[in-house]
Amino acid sequence: MKISREDVLYVAELANLELSEAEVETFRQQLDEILTYIDKLKQLDVSAVEPMAQVLHGAAEPGAELREDVVQECNIANAILEQAPEAKKPYFRVPKVIER
Amino acid sequence: MSAANHWTIPKIRMALEAKQISARELTSEFFSRIEKKNPELNAYLTLSPERAYAQADRIDAMRARGEKLPALAGVPIAIKDVISTRGVRTTCGSRILENYIPPYDATAVERLERAGAVILGKANCDEFAMGSSNENSAYGPVRNPIALDRVPGGSSGGSAAAVAAGLAVGALGTETGGSIRQPASLCGIPGLMPTYGRVSRYGLIAFASSLDRIGPLATTVGDTAALLGAMAGRDENDSTSANVPGSDYFEEMAKPVRGTRIGIPAEYFGEGMDAQVRSKVTAGIELLKTLGCVPVELRMPHTDYAIATYYIVATAEASSNLARFDGVRYGLRVKGETLRDMYKKTRGRGFGAEVKRRIMLGTYALSSGYYDAYYLRAQKVRALIAQDFARAFEQVDAIVTPTSPSPAFRLGERTNDPLQMYLADIYTVTGSLAGIPAISVPCGKTSEGLPIGLQICGPRFGESRILQLAHAFEQAGGFVI
Repeated sequence: MKISREDVLYVAELANLELSEAEVETFRQQLDEILTYIDKLKQLDVSAVEPMAQVLHGAAEPGAELREDVVQECNIANAILEQAPEAKKPYFRVPKVIER
Repeated sequence: MSAANHWTIPKIRMALEAKQISARELTSEFFSRIEKKNPELNAYLTLSPERAYAQADRIDAMRARGEKLPALAGVPIAIKDVISTRGVRTTCGSRILENYIPPYDATAVERLERAGAVILGKANCDEFAMGSSNENSAYGPVRNPIALDRVPGGSSGGSAAAVAAGLAVGALGTETGGSIRQPASLCGIPGLMPTYGRVSRYGLIAFASSLDRIGPLATTVGDTAALLGAMAGRDENDSTSANVPGSDYFEEMAKPVRGTRIGIPAEYFGEGMDAQVRSKVTAGIELLKTLGCVPVELRMPHTDYAIATYYIVATAEASSNLARFDGVRYGLRVKGETLRDMYKKTRGRGFGAEVKRRIMLGTYALSSGYYDAYYLRAQKVRALIAQDFARAFEQVDAIVTPTSPSPAFRLGERTNDPLQMYLADIYTVTGSLAGIPAISVPCGKTSEGLPIGLQICGPRFGESRILQLAHAFEQAGGFVI
């Protein structure tokens, strides 16, 4: 068994996910099965391989350049705040973070 | 779909120019089809009639003034619900975004509309595009219009079903590991995954940023080419969009294919493939030979590691991307005593099982002590898979394989076994990891009448070549092989 109940609770805590009792056991079992399958990656010798983090178009290839870093007016603050579950313009409201 | 109501982009153009129909009439015809058939298919989650009729009226006004009509004038389109549409609800198939209304348009949507397309509404999909059957939507599964007891595939299941059922002429889907090609295959239509970076991801709600792409589904290869042509090209709002000019894919598609070298990788024809899929795809390769294509046997030795690699890379990126859904700025908020309590409750209630499973897997793979063993290792194997493709394209112009190991399966048949569901992505995740373009094109049906798809992969930015092959295959009757 690769994944224990404690592992599931720890990862859920890292991911800010509240799980039910039933989910904890289901995920433990399923993650265990999936990670056991994923272990096949250990069969390969990758010591001399550079990791591929992105499909780069390559420094020499076109497309690698970035746009100029200049401020542009977009004027959508109010439209964005309107989507918030709780807002008091110009702020998002959340439960108290700091106790005095 | 009967031939009489089978609209394509060229047919719409001719009908508009000949004044046989107006854009408004065509739009209204599609909304009445949707009204009739969507209740059983569940392909659309939200309709946008105001936006659609306003656009149709603009097209009709241009026509009345005798102006030249843009390339996609009046073409009715469905947009997968992970792509942002200004003022039109965008849920990602999730409860956590049930009432989210984006304040801006995705670049792909903006470009289609600028080319004259009429946006009918938002297509159902697996939650946050995570799934291969469309059964992970919080708003219920989509049914396959060819066989209502079967899945349409996923995650762009609503897009594929809407097109196959004649409820849109074209649709935008998104790909992370097969989510355009597999539903296209299962619903019997062409579906194209462009090169990574060919179409801007601006406004696509991110699942796995190094893999995500937007692409078209339609009833003909030519229509997918026309839709790609309208969307392709650099966008300053997406730094990963490539500064490689697009082409007139529709025009280039008609070039001859004689002498094209097509690679047939042994690893894609091993165990685990349905016998009828094998026989039709083999017949499809024979058909390509009669068109003058030259088959070349290939080995792509890292294929067998692709699923394991994909489900680490994709879930790691997803766990990071989906951290933004925390109940603060948009979407669902479940009240909590503290800020963290609110985060946890909101995410616990807002996300469905598959999304939680992938966030958990990705968080684990990135967590302290496991990063090197899983995430870093997967990125290295990804490089080996990309190298398999790069080497193959030194020998061949395109690679031909099946799209999916099986035709459409029954609703509910695979929902209890996530690993089995993942393993069925074997022929599509490879191209996703490598960043290359690929198209699925219909290649006959099983004895029960279920569609089968043939996949044609090309080198990066080689869309024209794979569209030529797919078009020649379609013209030669590959549909009914």
